[in-house]
Amino acid sequence: MIDLTTIWALIIAFAVLMYVVMDGFDLGIGILFPWFDEGAERDQAMNAIAPVWDGNETWLVLGGGGLLAAFPLAYAIILPATYPLITAMMLGLVFRGVAFEFRWRDPRHRAFWDMAFFAGSLVAALAQGVTLGALLQGIHVEGRAYAGGWLDWLSPYSLLTGAGVVAGYALLGACWLAIKVEGSAEDKAFRFAKLAAFGTLALMAAVSLATPFLAHQYFQRWFTEPMIFWLAPVPLVTAAFAVALLRALHKRQPVRPFLYALGLFLLGMIGLGVSMWPWVVPQSISIWDAAAPERSQVFMLIGVGLIMPLILGYTGWAYWVFRGKVGTHGYH
Amino acid sequence: MFAGLDPQGTALVLARMQFAFTVSFHFIFPAFSIGLASYLAVLEALWLKTGKELYLDLFRYWLKIFSVAFAMGVVSGLVMSYQFGTNWSVFSDKVGGVIGPLMAYEVLTAFFLEAGFLGVMLFGMNRVGRRLHFGATLMVAVGTFISAFWILSVNSWMQTPTGFEMSPDGRFLPGSSWAAIIFNPSFPYRLVHTVIAAYLTTAFVVGAVGAWHLLKDRANLHARKMFSMAMWMAALVAPVQIFVGDAHGLNTLEHQPAKVMAMEGHYQSHPDGAPLYLFGIPDDKNQRLDYAIAIPKASSLILKHDLNAPLAGLDTVAPDKRPPVWIVFWSFRIMVGLGFLMLGLGLWSLIARMRKRLYDWPMLHRLALLMGPSGFVAVIAGWVTTEVGRQPYTVYGLLTTADSVSPIAAPAVAASLAAFVVVYFAVFGIGTWYILHLMKDAPHPHEPALEEEERAPIRSAGITPAQHMDAQADGAAS
Repeated sequence: MIDLTTIWALIIAFAVLMYVVMDGFDLGIGILFPWFDEGAERDQAMNAIAPVWDGNETWLVLGGGGLLAAFPLAYAIILPATYPLITAMMLGLVFRGVAFEFRWRDPRHRAFWDMAFFAGSLVAALAQGVTLGALLQGIHVEGRAYAGGWLDWLSPYSLLTGAGVVAGYALLGACWLAIKVEGSAEDKAFRFAKLAAFGTLALMAAVSLATPFLAHQYFQRWFTEPMIFWLAPVPLVTAAFAVALLRALHKRQPVRPFLYALGLFLLGMIGLGVSMWPWVVPQSISIWDAAAPERSQVFMLIGVGLIMPLILGYTGWAYWVFRGKVGTHGYH
Repeated sequence: MFAGLDPQGTALVLARMQFAFTVSFHFIFPAFSIGLASYLAVLEALWLKTGKELYLDLFRYWLKIFSVAFAMGVVSGLVMSYQFGTNWSVFSDKVGGVIGPLMAYEVLTAFFLEAGFLGVMLFGMNRVGRRLHFGATLMVAVGTFISAFWILSVNSWMQTPTGFEMSPDGRFLPGSSWAAIIFNPSFPYRLVHTVIAAYLTTAFVVGAVGAWHLLKDRANLHARKMFSMAMWMAALVAPVQIFVGDAHGLNTLEHQPAKVMAMEGHYQSHPDGAPLYLFGIPDDKNQRLDYAIAIPKASSLILKHDLNAPLAGLDTVAPDKRPPVWIVFWSFRIMVGLGFLMLGLGLWSLIARMRKRLYDWPMLHRLALLMGPSGFVAVIAGWVTTEVGRQPYTVYGLLTTADSVSPIAAPAVAASLAAFVVVYFAVFGIGTWYILHLMKDAPHPHEPALEEEERAPIRSAGITPAQHMDAQADGAAS
């Protein structure tokens, strides 16, 4: 019953989730960056991710490369359909990626690179969120190619998902900073986390309410028997996580808010999977239509099986090496 | 410029320009970081082995430069992993089943390895101790090599495709052996040639920085050491590279003869010994080489090891299957010319060494300084030679470039191309300026480490268990 293609769909979903969570808090810190004061606050925020951001972003390369390898047709349709978004995301990531190094190299223009870090992070997060919306609302396909125009992705719904992802990343970033920074920066992290949590929850609710009305399939999936009974726990558990998150933030617990925020993202991902299954381009290309040849799937599955545990192992080690508060010693 | 082309043709030209631009810009950074990562591993190993602070100083000096170059390589590489989908979606659909897995392996075995250990390499010396830190440096260096392995396998497969089957709807499917795909006929040559090119590129950059500081202060021991190491590389590796390049050329003659015809400027066939053109102005329209300066029969001697061996020319290739000669002919000459200049500098350094004037010969140092960027130019010229030389195909002989492009309207491609050009020149231009700025400062004793600058992500607050570990590591080390 579970075939290779299904396994690959789960692997890609896992890579996307890992990316969203790990680069999510990186980008979220970038989104909040201008509201931290120049000097110790910003330096701490930057150093909270400096040793790990590169590894986090590698999951995005795995998402792109993995999609090309496992579902080449989906890659060949989704990327042309979201062409301006992908370009904007790339340029955003260029700016915020080099800002990590450049802001230390050029103190006279640090304010400029801090703004580049913010703008690049915001653009990348927004582009990712809008891409998600564009995918869910459907893509015009003819034969094996994208057949729409180059601005088809733009709609109120895709802008809503875009805003949702920005708020969600800001929440992750603020919760990560609550763990890593001290002093006034820590106070701000908790304050921003609360604001971002309200924003994220409101936008999650809005997206959840809008999605079933996008297409008949989504509505049927969520609101007809027997699925409604199976799926009812998803929003209920989400609500429970939301309450727990807000309480933990209110009590200023250090690690828990981040874990609850992760839980929210996981549940969002599950909800997304329920809506989309078994389409990779909703309503036109199923995962089996898009799947790579079986020999490609097997060859890569061996690699993933052998190497992914190692990757998770040394990534975990790198996080362990840089655990704890980043500290404010040694700053000018 | 594009008048007379249909709209799809314009989009094709723009998509090609965009790929050429983004990949050429990207290639500069790995060409440097592959060699520099290995150089850093060597420096750290020498420090651990000899205990001499000089090597640690040099390690720290080059690590700062590495951290800036690596960041630019990462972000420009990220762009590449999405270019195949945005601009070459038909290619991705048709070929994804074969090359996709190789690129996925590159991410799994190389990118994660580099990125995972980079943080420890840059900031972790005080946290993990010397030996583990050296392990991290080694992993980053190994990662850059593994990355070269996979991406050059992909590129080589597109040049000399083997081990595949065709589906009825014209897609490429993997055959029964992945080894036949990975180790395709041009891959070993391209891999060795490119990795050596990366090492030479780094050697000439290091040599130029050493030479610059020797010109200012020939007593600087750090400058002496890096200059000496770089000149050993130039003297030993440049001749090897010329030999490998020749072997790569013979391999190309076997599998992609039209590319070699363009490199040699052979529009016409030469039934009894082909001349080696040193100079000429290729005229693609009239298919002839103007103002040619030639050594009679030398091309046959090089390519066939026989003065009178016949060599076919582009007149044997259908007009729509000929690569543009002008670009290939000249990019090839730039690469080869620089290769011989590198060899010359290497030999001069040997003479200087014998005469004990290696650190005391301003003319040598001036040439070494001038040759600093030569590796980058040679690498890009070589890249242009091999990529333009295989036109009009993406998968050689099987899938044309025109049949690979995305169904994207020209204005979208033009707008994104313009954005890439502006952003790349601005951002990477500034980054290069920062690197030059770092190089301008002389290497000196007690070179500060990255984590001792104000950035200091590893300075712990005093309540973390890591500090206890640091204390232990320091105790063990002293």
